[in-house]
Amino acid sequence: MNIVVCVKHVPDATADRRFESDNTVDRVGVDGLLSELDEYAVEQALQVKEKREGEEVEVTALTIGPEQAADAVRKALQMGADKGVHVLDDAIAGSDAVATSLVLAEALKKIGTPDLIVCGMASTDGGMSVVPAMLAERLGLPQVTLASVVETQGDQIRVKRDGDTATEVIGATMPVVLSVTDQTGEARYPSFKGIMAAKKKPLETWSLADLGVEAEKVGLSVAWTQVEETTARPPRTAGEVVTDEDGSGAAALAEFLAAKKFI
Amino acid sequence: MSEILVLVDHVDGTVRKTTNELLTIARRLGEPSAVFIGSGEPPADALKKYGAEKVYAVDDAEIRGYLVAPKAEVLQQIAEKTSAGAVLISSSYEGKEIAARLAIKLESGLITDAVDVQAGDAASGGGPVTTQSVFAGNYTVQAKVTQGTPIITVKPNAATPEEAAGAGSVEQFAATVSDAAKAAQIVASQPRTATGRPELTEAAIVVSGGRGTGGNFEPVENLADALGAAVGASRAAVDSGWKPHSFQVGQTGKTVSPQLYVANGISGAIQHRAGMQTSKTIVAVNKDEEAPIFELVDFGVVGDLHTVLPALTEEINKRKG
Ligand SMILES: Cc1cc2nc3c(=O)[nH]c(=O)nc-3n(C[C@H](O)[C@H](O)[C@H](O)COP(=O)(O)OP(=O)(O)OC[C@H]3O[C@@H](n4cnc5c(N)ncnc54)[C@H](O)[C@@H]3O)c2cc1C
Ligand SMILES: Nc1ncnc2c1ncn2[C@@H]1O[C@H](COP(=O)(O)O)[C@@H](O)[C@H]1O
Repeated sequence: MNIVVCVKHVPDATADRRFESDNTVDRVGVDGLLSELDEYAVEQALQVKEKREGEEVEVTALTIGPEQAADAVRKALQMGADKGVHVLDDAIAGSDAVATSLVLAEALKKIGTPDLIVCGMASTDGGMSVVPAMLAERLGLPQVTLASVVETQGDQIRVKRDGDTATEVIGATMPVVLSVTDQTGEARYPSFKGIMAAKKKPLETWSLADLGVEAEKVGLSVAWTQVEETTARPPRTAGEVVTDEDGSGAAALAEFLAAKKFI
Repeated sequence: MSEILVLVDHVDGTVRKTTNELLTIARRLGEPSAVFIGSGEPPADALKKYGAEKVYAVDDAEIRGYLVAPKAEVLQQIAEKTSAGAVLISSSYEGKEIAARLAIKLESGLITDAVDVQAGDAASGGGPVTTQSVFAGNYTVQAKVTQGTPIITVKPNAATPEEAAGAGSVEQFAATVSDAAKAAQIVASQPRTATGRPELTEAAIVVSGGRGTGGNFEPVENLADALGAAVGASRAAVDSGWKPHSFQVGQTGKTVSPQLYVANGISGAIQHRAGMQTSKTIVAVNKDEEAPIFELVDFGVVGDLHTVLPALTEEINKRKG
């Protein structure tokens, strides 16, 4: 069985994230890391492997991104993935989700369309939650997305999905595209042994030419959407903070809410 | 004027408020056409009240029980047949996934989570201009679709629904759905139990509780009821099993943008802020004066929520009475 986890390298959410002058996300000036939400995807991929005892299962971590994005793959290898693929090409810079999904889909085909493609529920920078559905569309595969519980048996997969109006159980036959939420359970930390072992694991770097994707199909200049303006939100001016003493807090708060016409 | 397709967000035929918002936005861009995928009579009266000129009714007998993909096929067929000027879908997780597949099918640009949509000026090529709130609400971004039929998912509360009489003429649409679209099957479904309170993402006021409640949400709920508010929770409260995940506000929960947000016993982590930072007025009760949530508030009380909230609730009920 072949499993591929799609991992994204993102600017640290706790750092000062910002835009470049061309309105693309600053991916160099801000420290980056493996998107926290993709750690859950790596974890679930590894759990599927571990539960399939006696079966040969290989987990590949795949990323698209600039030079430093290889760190996201390395982290996945440290957690326990078997090998890594990094699609690196200057032409990709500034790609939107549509183009990202195109390159990912071609990379997945080159890997040899895996039985299970695991994604995070959203990237923590763009946060669109659309790449998994786009991959399913491009590859003609069923999507079992936003899973909070994952179970596989033979070629069957079943997941629990906390939908907008109902909690559902979704079933499909692999190969599928799976995306998992942070409700699936804590992701493991790389062990010392894992960190050492990762150094010897294969990590390939592919260009667009390796995938047979024309450079004219990706990147900022051909994106199907265009950002015209980015504006930093003016910092909220800190309001009044009072300390409660014998009910004074509630009274002051009631006054505030009344003045604002909420009561 | 071109038709602007609005995918009707409904629960068993009852149209949700977000649909009225989408129809209101659609009128800025062209002629609103509602796409109703469901069973029975389409709710044409409710839709034409907010300006729907046409209602495409698609019987879902064959596609109920499958995830997302069939709805994208239906929308593709209607968009192609009508040469739609844009497609508007609510920014729920399902809505975003339908939009994602549709974008690939129509080879069109996609913008998700718009908090505002306006008609662009003709000089710059026309087409809708969207506003999004990104990086946990720290930036606003203005964007446009530059290829194909603009597909836009719109957040709740992005527009104030305005009534306008539309013709609301119903047209049955016979869509063909491929077998491939039926590959992911809904094996079981448990509808969310109604809370009797407003829907979290639609509510004008949200009162939330975090780890600081210690698991006792009663003061939070009583305050919510006095204010006619929805109840929310931090992930810490959800992870502790005090509230189901559907209550979670934040990066991996719901994004809310109410008139008033009241955070109780919530520290204000970046992931929580991502879901509430764009609220118009923010109030917090927290016993730690150093809690980062106080950096955001319009009004804050340093105190114990277990005493402050009941006193506040009593005061509100007294003023109301
Ligand atoms: C990938 C990822 C996604 C996440 N997504 C989300 C998300 O969607 N939503 C979310 O909320 N979090 C999310 N988190 C978690 C987030 O980082 C915080 O851990 C979480 O928001 C903390 O919840 P809290 O504020 O309730 O708890 P704490 O941080 O423990 O804060 C509790 C607060 O209650 C106060 N308090 C205690 N007792 C009282 C009392 N009696 N009266 C008044 N105040 C009291 C304390 O002073 C403290 O400030 C995510 C984290 C990650 C890594
Ligand atoms: N550049 C990328 N490289 C690898 N995987 C990605 C990339 N972008 C998105 N993904 C995957 O798609 C998921 C959803 O991303 P998004 O649609 O951008 O929110 C992520 O959690 C990843 O699993």
